[in-house]
Amino acid sequence: MSKAIVYLNQFFGQIGGEDVADHEPEIRDEKVGAAMLYDQLLDADVTHTIICGDNFVGSNEEEAIERIIGFLEDKEFDIFFAGPAFQAGRYGNACGAIGKAVKEEFGVPVISSMNEENPGVDMYKKDIYIFPGGQSAAKMRDDVQKMVDFGNKILNDEKLLPAEEEGYFKRGIRHQYFLPDETPAYERAIDMLLKKINDEEFESELPIPELDTVEIADPIKDLSEITIALVTSGGIVPIDNPDRIQSASATRWGKYYIDDLDELKNRRQEAFKTIHAGYDPAAADTDPNRVVPVDAMRQYEKEGKIGKLYKYFYSTVGTGTTQGEAARMGQEIAKELQEDGVQAVILTST
Amino acid sequence: MVKEIERTGIPVVQMANLIPVAKTVGANRMVPTISIPYPLGDPSTSEEEQWKLRYHRVGVALDALTTDIEEQTVFNVEI
Repeated sequence: MSKAIVYLNQFFGQIGGEDVADHEPEIRDEKVGAAMLYDQLLDADVTHTIICGDNFVGSNEEEAIERIIGFLEDKEFDIFFAGPAFQAGRYGNACGAIGKAVKEEFGVPVISSMNEENPGVDMYKKDIYIFPGGQSAAKMRDDVQKMVDFGNKILNDEKLLPAEEEGYFKRGIRHQYFLPDETPAYERAIDMLLKKINDEEFESELPIPELDTVEIADPIKDLSEITIALVTSGGIVPIDNPDRIQSASATRWGKYYIDDLDELKNRRQEAFKTIHAGYDPAAADTDPNRVVPVDAMRQYEKEGKIGKLYKYFYSTVGTGTTQGEAARMGQEIAKELQEDGVQAVILTST
Repeated sequence: MVKEIERTGIPVVQMANLIPVAKTVGANRMVPTISIPYPLGDPSTSEEEQWKLRYHRVGVALDALTTDIEEQTVFNVEI
């Protein structure tokens, strides 16, 4: 029987929620949480579960990888699974980073699953197999099933088809492959050319991935003459959350007046707090300047390094927020800033 | 968000812990923060240390806004 090892975060590894997202990496010689589901479905035994907090990987990626590779050095395994990470960005990042390292170090197939909105997809789809997954853990069974079906094909030495047919995100790796009908390349190329000449639709066999970058804005010559705004995706709001910004998957943003403030007072002083559901709020609630550094900006304003801190800061929540919504909110905020003469922005994210 | 702001021609610097994510979403100027739940001040250190760190890193971000860059750039921090 083949052997498999599964990587889970603190939540799916049943350690706890955001308050233990700093959990250090550990390996257990048993099946924890979702690892049991893999064991049921897979043509292999799950021998170990690796668990690590998402924030631990986020803040100490090299160390996390080093320690996890260390755990695995004396283990025998034929395949490695990470996740599913759904729409959780930090978990996706962790699955990708750990999965990539495991694949490079041990040469075993690594399979993960993430929602298409998870930034981990673009970061790591070239490195490991990532299947498109659901938005939340409600899709656990479906997502694991997809990963396992493909894993079983690999374990049973079945013929693997291109990404589109197997269903994982394209890795951009090219294989030599003979079409079932054996139409040679020159005929296909001439067919495409004819279609192009006739203005008909055709599908290139060499798609060029599009990278959506923006032109780098010109630097500011003299900060002391301009107004700078603070924007955050860290969910800092007045304690009554007047704009009712959602704690996750936000579609709303708010702007909050700070012209008369030297710093952001905290939750206990009934001023500002975070409503972000994606990280432990304790540190931000105690001192919101840790997320929106109004105090430091005021100091630079006093020293004359910057002309003025803009009278509002802008806030929304960046967890589970779709790229489409984030882009729309970004456009709305940018438009206001532009109209009000703000010339530079510091955006803090959590 | 960072991209949409930059698209209007306003230079923006992103302060983030997950720099690889910031790169993937298309930030051009980036300054690392120390963690996800407390980007600019570790509650287990003294007030003074937290202030020093925050003042320093915000300063690096401000300087980043005045720096001419040719490609996506992560600016170095000392504290």
